Amino acid sequence: MGHRLVDLALLIQTIANSIVAGSIYAVIAVGLAMAFGVMKMANFAHGEFFMAGAYVVYVFYALLGWPFPIAVLMAVPIVGAMGIITERLIFRPTRSNVLAGFMATAGLAFILQVLVGQAWGVGLMRSVPTPYMGAADILGAKIGWQRVLVVPVAIVMLSCLWYFLFKVKYGKALRACAQDPDTARLQGIGINKMTMLAMGISGASAGLAGALMAPIHPVTPYMGHGVILTAFIVVVMGGMESIAGAVLAAVLLGFIHTFVTTLSDAVTAQMVGVACMAIILIVRPEGLLGRVKA
Amino acid sequence: MSIPNWKPLFLLAVVIAVGCAIPFMVRAYTIEIFILFMINLILVCSYRIPATTGDWSLSHVVLMGVGAYTTALLSKWFDLTIFLTVPLSAVVAGIVGFIMVTPLIRTRGFGFFIASFALGELIRLIWIKFRYPFGGPRGMIGIPNGELGSIDFFEPMPYYYFVMAVALICLIIMYRIDQSRIGKTFTALYTDEGLAESVGIDVPRYRALAFGLGAFFAGIAGALLAHRLGAVDPKNFDVTTMVYLIIWIVVGGTTTFWGPIMGLILMTFIFEWSRPLLEWRPLLFGGTLIFFLVFLPGGLDDLFFKIRNKIMARKSGAGVSDVAS
Repeated sequence: MGHRLVDLALLIQTIANSIVAGSIYAVIAVGLAMAFGVMKMANFAHGEFFMAGAYVVYVFYALLGWPFPIAVLMAVPIVGAMGIITERLIFRPTRSNVLAGFMATAGLAFILQVLVGQAWGVGLMRSVPTPYMGAADILGAKIGWQRVLVVPVAIVMLSCLWYFLFKVKYGKALRACAQDPDTARLQGIGINKMTMLAMGISGASAGLAGALMAPIHPVTPYMGHGVILTAFIVVVMGGMESIAGAVLAAVLLGFIHTFVTTLSDAVTAQMVGVACMAIILIVRPEGLLGRVKA
Repeated sequence: MSIPNWKPLFLLAVVIAVGCAIPFMVRAYTIEIFILFMINLILVCSYRIPATTGDWSLSHVVLMGVGAYTTALLSKWFDLTIFLTVPLSAVVAGIVGFIMVTPLIRTRGFGFFIASFALGELIRLIWIKFRYPFGGPRGMIGIPNGELGSIDFFEPMPYYYFVMAVALICLIIMYRIDQSRIGKTFTALYTDEGLAESVGIDVPRYRALAFGLGAFFAGIAGALLAHRLGAVDPKNFDVTTMVYLIIWIVVGGTTTFWGPIMGLILMTFIFEWSRPLLEWRPLLFGGTLIFFLVFLPGGLDDLFFKIRNKIMARKSGAGVSDVAS
């Protein structure tokens, strides 16, 4: 298969797949980076939030027969609320210790997997029918509409987030809190409110990503496993707290993963991703776009 | 003036006596549980060595896996006896640990935690990627159980005694390390890295030493496990297994040598008791982890310490009030 990359159609196909993968990584990783930026909340259960989003679509769309866009929109507040609860019950009491919060959310990941498995079964994957059949034909490359859909949704979501962070008062407060919590507090910004907001947005974005991917990703209680690794690679490459860095790294990793998978295989792609993460952490711990701490 | 230190020796004699008696009192299946327990005992204590320097890693079970894979390769290809595979696996795991920690030294705390995860995952993916010689995603099978003369270690009883002997030796060595100057240095550089550096402690070297030592003993645990199971599987050394190890450590605490051991004992009991609730077990363990991190961040170790202090304070407090009255 590898030799045929000279084939134009395959090249375009791979590029298109890379863009789709990059968009979905971006939506997932932005939430993780945001939570880490505000009060260093490292959420191991982020992959399970993604899984929860997919199950919301499974329940509302595949089981109850609601329209697909509404089911996706339902995932945003539901998983966002899960993020807020996690902040209140886990991150707030462990605020003094980053590692403790991270390990505690690993426990949360176990809990969510069991609950979802018990509610809807562990064995076979849940099938979510594809709402948008057919494929787009771009210069001979075929991409399913369901995949194409991911790209504009990601762009809209990231634009909304950007608008919120830079133009809305609460968003500015959130950034202030990320830059310097103590000074932010002096300005009358409630830190607890901001951490809840950050985890709410973080959960909502993971839920949105999971909901979008539900028809094209095998829906199982353990689907968060692969996601969390990728999300952490992206966030580490981007510089842990930098949202712009996370987006850049997501697109980069989307291309790396897709191209290596096409040229070689998925395991090699994982290895390259993990190696990138290790190299960045060791050589440039502040990431691609991260600021060096004073 | 030297008082003969009979207390630990007495304790050791009791442990050995009870340990020797156990296989005669329980069923064969329970012996298997005890074998696994002792392997895990080596593992938790080895995790504590780098943890005392503040380096919590997410790659420890992978290093255990390095020991297991080394054993598998050595005994299948070179037909080495178990008395050679176990120490050689430890050495290989120790060397791999040293190689891994050399770049990791540059990171600290959370960075160390996830960077160690990345490097560990890289090793695990190598096992999955290369069918030859690591067996690919399905791992390797047909590892001999080992033997001593005519005694076959496939039988639980002889293997139990073998593991007990190895575990005792490892634990005594690790205890001696913990009590030694090196052990104190590890704790010192966690308590105050700047101060430790200023009194002339080569911090990176000691951190690397702690990680390498931890990897060495994890390799022993892995070798013992591979011989018992007769198989190695890359899935056994993934992050889920690692989280279970973290649960034992967090529940026990790392302040003293006995913390991780207490955590392992408690969680092994809970693990066995929760057998009827098989599907709910991760929830139980996840809940326990959250409970300890939120309410008892120091673990059982710290809890006992606090209780003892309270009792002491009450005693001395009562004494003071007696004098006052």
